Amino acid sequence: MVAQNLGSTTTTKITNYPLNAWYVAAWDYEVTRKPMSRTIADRPLALYRTEDGKPVALADACWHRLAPLSMGKVVGKDGIQCPYHGIVFNAAGRCISMPAQETVNPSATVPSFPAVQRHRYVWVWLGDPTLADPDTIPNMFQMDHPEWTGDGRTIHADCNYQLIVDNLMDLTHEEFVHGSSIGQAELSESDFTTTHDDTSVTVTRWMKGIYPPPFWKKNLHDVFPGYEGKVDRWQIIRFEAPGTICIDVGVAKADTGAPEGDRSQGVNAFVMNTISPESSKTSHYFWSIQRNYRLESQTITTQMREGVHGVFGEDEVMLRAQQRAIDANPDYEFYNINIDAGGMWVRRLLERQLLKEGRLGTKQEEGWTE
Amino acid sequence: MAATNIEIWQQGEIIEISQAANDIKKIVIRQSNPAKADPGSHIDLMVNVDGEMVRRSYSVASQSEDLRDLTLGVFLVPNSRGGSIAVHELAVGDQLDITQPLQNFPLRVGAERYVLIAGGIGVTAIMAMAAVLKRIGANYTLMYAARSKEAMAFREELQAIHGDNLQIFLDEDKNFIQIPELIASLDDNTELYICGPIRLMDAVRRIWLESELENTNLRFETFGASGWYDPEEFIVRIPAKNVEVLVGKQHSMLEALEAAGVDMLSDCRKGECGLCEVRVLSLNGRVDHRDVFYSERQKEQNEKISCCVSRIVTSESGLAADASGPAVVEIVTT
Ligand code: FES
Repeated sequence: MVAQNLGSTTTTKITNYPLNAWYVAAWDYEVTRKPMSRTIADRPLALYRTEDGKPVALADACWHRLAPLSMGKVVGKDGIQCPYHGIVFNAAGRCISMPAQETVNPSATVPSFPAVQRHRYVWVWLGDPTLADPDTIPNMFQMDHPEWTGDGRTIHADCNYQLIVDNLMDLTHEEFVHGSSIGQAELSESDFTTTHDDTSVTVTRWMKGIYPPPFWKKNLHDVFPGYEGKVDRWQIIRFEAPGTICIDVGVAKADTGAPEGDRSQGVNAFVMNTISPESSKTSHYFWSIQRNYRLESQTITTQMREGVHGVFGEDEVMLRAQQRAIDANPDYEFYNINIDAGGMWVRRLLERQLLKEGRLGTKQEEGWTE
Repeated sequence: MAATNIEIWQQGEIIEISQAANDIKKIVIRQSNPAKADPGSHIDLMVNVDGEMVRRSYSVASQSEDLRDLTLGVFLVPNSRGGSIAVHELAVGDQLDITQPLQNFPLRVGAERYVLIAGGIGVTAIMAMAAVLKRIGANYTLMYAARSKEAMAFREELQAIHGDNLQIFLDEDKNFIQIPELIASLDDNTELYICGPIRLMDAVRRIWLESELENTNLRFETFGASGWYDPEEFIVRIPAKNVEVLVGKQHSMLEALEAAGVDMLSDCRKGECGLCEVRVLSLNGRVDHRDVFYSERQKEQNEKISCCVSRIVTSESGLAADASGPAVVEIVTT
């Protein structure tokens, strides 16, 4: 591999995805005793649960004739039966029954991928299983912590996963894409800082002494009814490789010490985003908005979820259009401007990981399907 | 988890040969198109046996970090079908056709406990598994049995890597693996991987099947190379086709029938799939069933044979000494 590639971060339009990584395959509630199918990183998976409730991820193709196992049914304590000729595989992907013969072919297996339930999601590892350490699952503790509540949804996005990561790493687009809810001119006008380490990138932006946009005004009123004054607003965007971005957002009454750490006069939420590539041009985008105030109010949970759903709907339209424009203009490049620092660090980290896996290359070299 | 059963042929160059034990050579082959050998994988290679190119499978004992070099251990089987003798005659610098690593004996990561049993040359299939289990900090025991110290390949290397996780059993010390006790001590969270002579594998398999343990947690490699009896020449007749073929020691019944122009189906060619089935009309001798396709019940009936691996030996007892002339089987093909 070419080491010099690392010096100058490229702006690949269609980014390959690391395989030695945990990706969310589904919400915890989606995976049941009734098998389901989902493609993650170009790998179709049959997802189901064992009798003890452990999530299982098998390749969604029977060893015998590649019929989709997800169309089959669960049998016994951890088995799944192919819907075509009744061959049964266990959670390890090993054939345990071939109805038409007295023995079982010892070579009959389907790939079984490490699967772990955490933070209300089922995570899968599609790369080298000897490297799959659940301790490296991104920290999204706010998803199921007693001091936090909230809810979210999944977007099936018609774009490369990196475009979604770019979108979340630079929120100046809010002014233009989300003008009616969370956007405001101060986003572009305020300064931001970017830091990174080996696996994470953080972009911090404070907007001090501003009037809150409609979404935040409403949230602040849920705790401080009637407050009409200025606020200090923050966005602390933290990326964890390869596709998780947790954004610490909120507003507090201006000059009450929020930038210094006292958020008692404000409201705080975390937008939890985790993106799993489906193919080179489609992604599963799982998100939730979690808050640490008014935990008792299901109304606020629903309002916030629907609010963010509306906002992300606007992103979805933009991302799909962007992917189409990329496809329609194959001979044009991406160029970078100052606001892209966060996204560019993300690309640098991803490139390093891809290089380590021997997967850094153009989509043609990688044999990507168009 | 790529499709590692798809054969991709490449050139191999022998870059090192040394004696790993009595009758066992360590052979290092450099791949022209390096591919990763996951634990439990093997390569097939073409060697010249009496002027004819034949294909043989060998487990990959280890691989260099840059993936280029594969280490094999090859046991010289005096009475074998000839491949091992030819491989023992290879020299440094020789080029041969080899496949990229193929996988039929995968190690599953994630079990609570592992027992690995290697008998003799079977250690080559088990070594790479033990190395991975060591690296990921798994709970494992490696049991390695051989006739004598001198017959034990890679012993020092394994001792250095595995320390107390390695248990050595030598026939010469009358120290044998206590299979019933071992299996009684296991539970359904343990996976046992075994590669060794058929008698050892069969003993483990029988006791395992009698136990309450889950069948699939017993993992074994079936090269189909070893049987209950030494290979002998025998005669196959297909009356319906007016065919009579002498099957030499170095060939399988399937190969001999194919060479005689009989249109045969086969797939795995190692006794797993059952596609090469032939039906027995009459038998003068005994079938040495070497497949894992038929159940014990079916094998006792002797009505069908996996002709890619199973052989016919003289006399009921399978002892050539009390027989006159080669064994004969009459069959019907599909
Ligand atoms: S060809 Fe598969 S059992 Fe003989």
